[in-house]
Amino acid sequence: MTIQTTRRTLLKGAAATSMALVIGMRADGSFAAASGVAHMNPFVSISDDGVVHVILKHFEMGQGTTTGLATLVAEELDADWNRVAIHFAPADNERYKNLFFGAQGTGGSTAMANSYMQYRQAAAAARAVLVQAAAEAWNVPASEISITASMLKAGNNRAHLGEMAAKAATLTAPENPSVKDPSDFRLIGLDHLPRKDSHLKTTGLATFALDVKLPGMVYAVLLRSPRFGGKLTSFDASGANSVPGFIGAKALPTGGAIAVYGKNTWAAIQARDAITADWDFSAAENRSTDELADYHRSLLDAPQFEAVEGADRAATEAAVAAADTVIEAELNFPFLAHAPMEPLNCVIEPTENGIRVHDGCQFPGAVKPTLAHILELDPANVEIRTVFAGGSFGRRATTNADYQAEAALAFALLGRKTPVKVVWTREDDIKGGYYRPMFAHRVKVGLKDGRIAAWDHRVAGKPIIKGTPFESLVMKPGSQVDATSVEGVNDSHYAIPAMSVGLSDAETPVPVLWWRSVGHTHTAFAMETVVDQVAEALGKDPVAYRLELLSGGDKDQKRLAEVLKLAAEKAGWGKPAAGRHQGIAVHKSFSTYVAEVVEISVTDGAVKVEKVTCAVDCGTAVNPDVIRAQMEGGIGYGLGHVMRNQITMTDGEVDQFNFPDYEPLRITDMPAVEVHIVASSEAPTGVGEPGVPPVGPALANAIYAATGTRVTQLPMTENGIAFA
Amino acid sequence: MAMKLNINGKQVSVAAEPGTPLLWVLRDELDMTGTKFGCGVASCGACTVHVDGEPVRSCSTYVDDLEGTEITTIEGVNGPAAQAVQTAWREMDVVQCGYCQSGQIMSAVNLLATNAKPTDQDIDDAMAGNACRCATYHRIRAAIHRASDIMEA
Repeated sequence: MTIQTTRRTLLKGAAATSMALVIGMRADGSFAAASGVAHMNPFVSISDDGVVHVILKHFEMGQGTTTGLATLVAEELDADWNRVAIHFAPADNERYKNLFFGAQGTGGSTAMANSYMQYRQAAAAARAVLVQAAAEAWNVPASEISITASMLKAGNNRAHLGEMAAKAATLTAPENPSVKDPSDFRLIGLDHLPRKDSHLKTTGLATFALDVKLPGMVYAVLLRSPRFGGKLTSFDASGANSVPGFIGAKALPTGGAIAVYGKNTWAAIQARDAITADWDFSAAENRSTDELADYHRSLLDAPQFEAVEGADRAATEAAVAAADTVIEAELNFPFLAHAPMEPLNCVIEPTENGIRVHDGCQFPGAVKPTLAHILELDPANVEIRTVFAGGSFGRRATTNADYQAEAALAFALLGRKTPVKVVWTREDDIKGGYYRPMFAHRVKVGLKDGRIAAWDHRVAGKPIIKGTPFESLVMKPGSQVDATSVEGVNDSHYAIPAMSVGLSDAETPVPVLWWRSVGHTHTAFAMETVVDQVAEALGKDPVAYRLELLSGGDKDQKRLAEVLKLAAEKAGWGKPAAGRHQGIAVHKSFSTYVAEVVEISVTDGAVKVEKVTCAVDCGTAVNPDVIRAQMEGGIGYGLGHVMRNQITMTDGEVDQFNFPDYEPLRITDMPAVEVHIVASSEAPTGVGEPGVPPVGPALANAIYAATGTRVTQLPMTENGIAFA
Repeated sequence: MAMKLNINGKQVSVAAEPGTPLLWVLRDELDMTGTKFGCGVASCGACTVHVDGEPVRSCSTYVDDLEGTEITTIEGVNGPAAQAVQTAWREMDVVQCGYCQSGQIMSAVNLLATNAKPTDQDIDDAMAGNACRCATYHRIRAAIHRASDIMEA
């Protein structure tokens, strides 16, 4: 997902509450007088014991936001890092909206990018009134007051932040607090600042939604249609009556599933196994993977939409036809499940006037109104308690709040008086849809006089966001192009004359969804393997040739060229050790530039990924160690899937069932990873996703260098590649 | 059916049907939620606990087979190897989403308790059954070496 914004939301500082200082921003984004307390949007509070509390509008799925947002606040307050506490914000679209989305949610690698100035300004405003409070208490000029490790000091006067919080709360914060000059940064950019969630997650104490247990809570699993789009016609639950702890089974009004209730998770799972159901598949996906792949390829013959503004497809095709040499590639990408470690789940309990939802909630901005609508509640009475999420990779961010909505229906069917926890098993997760869509690409590149003359690129797949309430985020007015289908191709920064990108939307009842790095999961693979083919055809080195295509001088090209050169230099490009082979790829996604060199060995025909050298330019590096961790993780996530993961179907039914046949990357597969971060004073950009796109094509290019096999079918095992 | 289990050095009585996986007794009956459900088929290791000091997958170990054994979970794991592993994990900030890490730590503790100076190959052999979808493997490997150094110091 590519979201660009130039919007700057400014800080509204004001003071509130007696024991705690709360600083925030007006919902309309403007500064206003301190009387606007009712519209405040709190990010920072300070308790009288001196602990700085950071209210996190973004959830934590492992990407490091708890640490990152806390860093911004601690930096501007010069707080003692060990005395900074984190809290997940409640669901509140006005106060806690993602400034890029306009609603509360985490995704698109935007958490740091949209929060960077907001959280710093919130903390700077808090600092200003704390300093003013101390100045008044000590009768010294504010300019003489410093803060070191949460201690205010002036001459012999000392006080911790909490001692001044109550007084500061009565003061009016400045309308435009000045933030630190980057040269004064103490924590931002520090090579390693300990993660805020490490202790909880190394002791088993971190609370995930699956760990929530409430008095009287009932557990439910859902028996879903074995084919996407199937409708329940009848079911027989009598077999479950002998299962100890079985409570009952009820069909959801959607017709798509039966809720099976038990006194504990195991009882619900056992009972479900004993229930039989009949389904109407007349509107379901009944095709097998081969038919679906053929269908996608057939769509490439006649693109429905042109994704490059002003492109002349006929002229592009003519230029390719007139070329000296034509490079052709047809690439096929499978459906992919996200498979986060924590299977999806959601707890809903009754409150006096509504419900409380316990969820590793990625999109409160979508979940809250959806559940209010389903249960006919005032959204104000839908409370969301966000807890740690055991991964997501996009799965928790459905535009229809799919799993929370199911939980709401299961809660309603039980009478709305009983807390219900809906649990997905791993089989539910693997077979449950919301996949990275299947995609097909067909590329023809015409070469003339030693250069690219024209690039005819065609893409077919089911759009992810088109037709959902989120489409205005990624679709230009009047356009039929879902940007997430073509991002990374139609906005390529390579100097390519006459580029046309034809898009066709595939239709299938299989629900699809963004998946860590969204469209770039396939577009980077297509671009970066084809560019390698072009370089070979022109007799040029892959790095040198890419640099030629990036020599136009614009800022994107310069930053891409810089990471490319850095990765190549650090990896010893062109000089692999004996028995090693290299491949490279470079790609911009989510405003971040990443190049990766993959080094492999091949023994008895089996490929082993030995090392990945990564260079990343994500602007200001707020937490370098978190950035390294995200690159390492993105590389691992990308690798496992391009090597061997796919969701396939036989007559519409998913073939895979669990990790044994959707085998995750293992420690034995993990290469050495080296991450180099480009020093930059640009605004920070995302790191959760951009590590993923280059690794697949870089591996494919290394495999070609080693074996002469071009990988065009993913996963690579389907292309006949064996891995050690 | 009522049975007595020894968990983290304490005798506890639990009522569970024969054939119930230990995982669900720990999580749903005893509120010991540090042990995680990941796959239910002993394929991911998120539910790893120690039974008589050996790592086992609690999703596929049945409570009625456990009377008379000593069960240790992430909530009770202790000793030099456990301390070294948890310290190294924090020093190197291994965790990301963290969901698999109880299981990773239980496997790593067993490795170091039985092999104080593991090689990369030893680590791969001991940890291959513990999946991490965040792919923190690079740091897990480094943290196990670091924990080994801490134990030696």
